[in-house]
Amino acid sequence: MTTSTPSHVGDVIVRATGIEKYFGDNHVLRGIDLEVRQREAVMIIGRSGSGKTTLLRCLNFLEEPTVGSVWVDGVEVHADPLHARDRAHQEQIRQIRLRAGMLFQEFNLFPHMSVLDNCIAAPVRVSGVPRAKAVERAGYYLEVVGLADRRGEYPSRLSGGQKQRVAIARALCMEPKVLLFDEPTSALDPELIGEVLRVMEDLAHSGTTMIVVTHEMHFAQEAADRVVFMEEGRIVEEGPPEQVLDDPQHEATNRFLRRFLDR
Amino acid sequence: MTAAGGGSARPVILDQIDASHRRARRRFRAQVVAVWVGLIGALFFALWITGQIDTDWMAEWAPFILGGTSITVLICVASIILASALAVLGALGRLSANPIANGVASLYVSLVRGTPLLVQILFVYLALPQMGITLDALLGGILALGFNYGAYMTEVFRAGIQAVPGGQSEAAQALGMPERLVFRRIVLPQAFRIVIPAVGNDFVAMIKDSALVSLVAVQELLWRAQRAGTSTFHTLQAFLIAAAVYWALTIVFSFFQERIERLMARGDR
Repeated sequence: MTTSTPSHVGDVIVRATGIEKYFGDNHVLRGIDLEVRQREAVMIIGRSGSGKTTLLRCLNFLEEPTVGSVWVDGVEVHADPLHARDRAHQEQIRQIRLRAGMLFQEFNLFPHMSVLDNCIAAPVRVSGVPRAKAVERAGYYLEVVGLADRRGEYPSRLSGGQKQRVAIARALCMEPKVLLFDEPTSALDPELIGEVLRVMEDLAHSGTTMIVVTHEMHFAQEAADRVVFMEEGRIVEEGPPEQVLDDPQHEATNRFLRRFLDR
Repeated sequence: MTAAGGGSARPVILDQIDASHRRARRRFRAQVVAVWVGLIGALFFALWITGQIDTDWMAEWAPFILGGTSITVLICVASIILASALAVLGALGRLSANPIANGVASLYVSLVRGTPLLVQILFVYLALPQMGITLDALLGGILALGFNYGAYMTEVFRAGIQAVPGGQSEAAQALGMPERLVFRRIVLPQAFRIVIPAVGNDFVAMIKDSALVSLVAVQELLWRAQRAGTSTFHTLQAFLIAAAVYWALTIVFSFFQERIERLMARGDR
């Protein structure tokens, strides 16, 4: 499938090739090829169980793919399930993770650290950024997500939406090449979803490369450069949102959208 | 926000209900305290009336017995520190994929938990010298207690580490943290919070189990009570003093434990 690339996007920054994933005998991903370009916002949609979250987790090897390879900004890692725990393999994976930040459905802020410490822990201890610089950077990104005044707070004192925004700031503090969002608003109360989506939309429009697994169709419509529809472990259809969401070429996509959007 | 009266002001009856609940609670607590004081008072009165309490003896021997308190506390504090260190290592071993670490840790836990503490204490004091290892009684007692509790606490720490949600280490890994850093900075601090109540309970149990080292002539509380009691035929008073001190120690410690737990709970979810 050829898709026209919007003019603002740059070179390829993420490339997944031939990704297969089995959980036991369960064939969850059945040969996924995905390329994402700089400044592109790609939204992955599909029913639960279609493999979208697994695909996202395979991109930074939180799940080791059974077969395939992932390339992010010059670092390529081949799936090696027989030696997944080997030090050399783990170090390669770490290099991928430094380039691909991840956001989780459950936020996963560190509850024993303040907002600021959540944001500076990895830059200081992993990247060796001097503390003062890391604090300054955290201040900047907390400003971006609108929480600059909460830096001293502990996560338990924040709402779900605030937690997810801190998590976004924490990921941005590592200055990754791409952000992976795994259903970032699914655990939120309806009235808190908007504030997170707004931050994500701002990021998308300001040129942050992102791959988002989401059920928020209106958000995808607004913020996506490309929508990817998955079913049964395959990419069935992909293209600009006005094509995939409004004029789907495949019956499966159509069926999903009809059910999902009640239309 | 429609209260009983329909207005926005808080109805007076609510304050009255609160006040009556508070009064009832206070009355209940006072009654419980009264029962304690009554029972203990009755016991002492019975002892007094039957001539069991000898104030001259008390004046002479109580300081000697009470002098064992600091040794008991020293044993407990040193042993719990040793036990905690062993427990962290043991838990790491039990969770390790390395067969040597895993084997050492699981054997340690199995062996120590499968034999009586008293046997372990006597082994350190009486059996090790036969192998040419002679330890000072106090040090031997601390080692035996520490090793014993370390094995039990290994399982506590292991459960604590496993109780930290998997998403925590995933998030840390996703930030590029290497495994060791994830464990030290993210998992372990959260595991510590989880195990604090259990470690506190173990410490209270240890205060009492420390009496066992009196058998190997460590001059702690019970040893002194026994010594003072039997040599002067005042065992009842001597043991009552020792028991009272153990009791007081556990009460004091439980009080601090509660404070610590409340303090630690503040940052949490």
